[in-house]
Amino acid sequence: MPPTTCVRCQANKAVVKRPKNHHKLCRECFITVFEDEVHHTIISSKLFYPGEKVAIGASGGKDSTVLASVLKTLNERHKYELDLVLLSIDEGIKGYRDDSLETVKRNAVQYDMPLKIVGYDELYGWTMDQVVETIGKKGNCTYCGVFRRQALDRGAKTLGIKHVVTGHNADDVAETVLMNLLRGDLPRLSRSTSIVTGGSLNDVKRSKPLKYAYEKEIVLYAHHKKLDYFSTECIYSPEAFRGTARSLIKNLEKVRPSAILDIVRSGEDMARLTPDKGQGACACDEIEGMGGCGSANARTPGNEITQVEASTTEQPTDNGLETEITSNGTPKVNEDEVVKLPVRQRRSKEPGPVQLQTLGKCVKCGYMSSQAMCQACTLLESLNKNRPEISI
Amino acid sequence: MPLPPTLDLREQSQSAGSSLIAMASTPDDATAHLSLDVEFSGGLEMLFSDQRRHSLTLPAKDKDGNPSNIAYLIHHLCENVMKDTRKELFVLQEHLRPGILVLINDADWELEGEEEYELKSGDNILFVSTLHGG
Repeated sequence: MPPTTCVRCQANKAVVKRPKNHHKLCRECFITVFEDEVHHTIISSKLFYPGEKVAIGASGGKDSTVLASVLKTLNERHKYELDLVLLSIDEGIKGYRDDSLETVKRNAVQYDMPLKIVGYDELYGWTMDQVVETIGKKGNCTYCGVFRRQALDRGAKTLGIKHVVTGHNADDVAETVLMNLLRGDLPRLSRSTSIVTGGSLNDVKRSKPLKYAYEKEIVLYAHHKKLDYFSTECIYSPEAFRGTARSLIKNLEKVRPSAILDIVRSGEDMARLTPDKGQGACACDEIEGMGGCGSANARTPGNEITQVEASTTEQPTDNGLETEITSNGTPKVNEDEVVKLPVRQRRSKEPGPVQLQTLGKCVKCGYMSSQAMCQACTLLESLNKNRPEISI
Repeated sequence: MPLPPTLDLREQSQSAGSSLIAMASTPDDATAHLSLDVEFSGGLEMLFSDQRRHSLTLPAKDKDGNPSNIAYLIHHLCENVMKDTRKELFVLQEHLRPGILVLINDADWELEGEEEYELKSGDNILFVSTLHGG
């Protein structure tokens, strides 16, 4: 095959074929276009304000490493005036996190950013190794996921930071959309698609600047920029369901590369149709480690409060105001756009002890929670009693 | 130049694992070899003895006498280089597992004909998994 020329500069040899539009680009143009698109996402979704302190949830993996690198570049190029910090979680899994934390430490030097590492042991008194020793490998992801979310927020708070960015990419979002679709969980589907979650007064805001970036391009960006990242798989049980969704996504991408962004967009469109879009949630609603939590509120005029699922949720009025931002920056959903769907009763076995979900504080740790005790403390209590078979 | 099918079969049945050696001893341009730099990253190293870079020598023609291509290389890697038994993490249904990227001399293999790309001596072939987390 003769070398293909870059469609953008018409000069250099193309080395990347973009999944979203099949454009063939050379190395330099690819890097530029990738960065420009992330910049566009940031601007159109108004993710940051000048002078904001932002913690980058950094695992040492490809996504967070690319996120740190791109944010540093864009911060300097477009004068965001952000104060960027790397925030890493040490779950306490020997042979897994040790190596990736070393990578994060190198990244801190390479990107000239301060690094904060918070450990499960110091936060909860348990490392994941100890958790697995107690409860076995089955179900440990639940613990890890619940602990991780709080850990990022708490780590951010200790640094006086109210905004955490994570490296979730388009493939991750598509995966979660599919999983929630397959589970029939439309409310969570709608939350998982929003680019910003959290962020009410006492809460830490989360956002996903790489939400529209293909995993393939993230890996290629890391490769062509020669970024230093670490790849590993958690040594404890992989999530079988997510793995299946992931394979499905990758198979779809092979046949129809645009499918990934199409699923993301479908998820966003479906979110617009859900009656209780994003409501009735708290920090603990994020077992998937992804997407959002309905506490993500307080950003729009409060006219889109929607239906409430009578069985499990009851929203305080100050808690119903979620803005979802679309890729072109327009806030979604006016009240008259909301199509009321027949609300199905949530399966009774679903979210555990049925209490009214009013957003308050955990009686134990003071962390934001919709129940008397937050999910992390509930899990901890069961761990401490060595009674791990609690259902959530 | 294609080998007679009978010979081909006999070689396979006699020495399944070492057909390469048998190939190398056949006359003709089948004796020509390619030197390749094959690299694994993104977690694939784990399947290949935790080693990122492998220098390989491959026959210039496959057993049917066609120029060796990426499909042949993938087959060769599975049969002769990978010691890990989890072949399905690299190959599914006789093709590279979706989610693994291939860069041929730093270019996306989708620009080079994917499995059909005919290998040249000195080529650098990089397999990167996108499937692993951080």
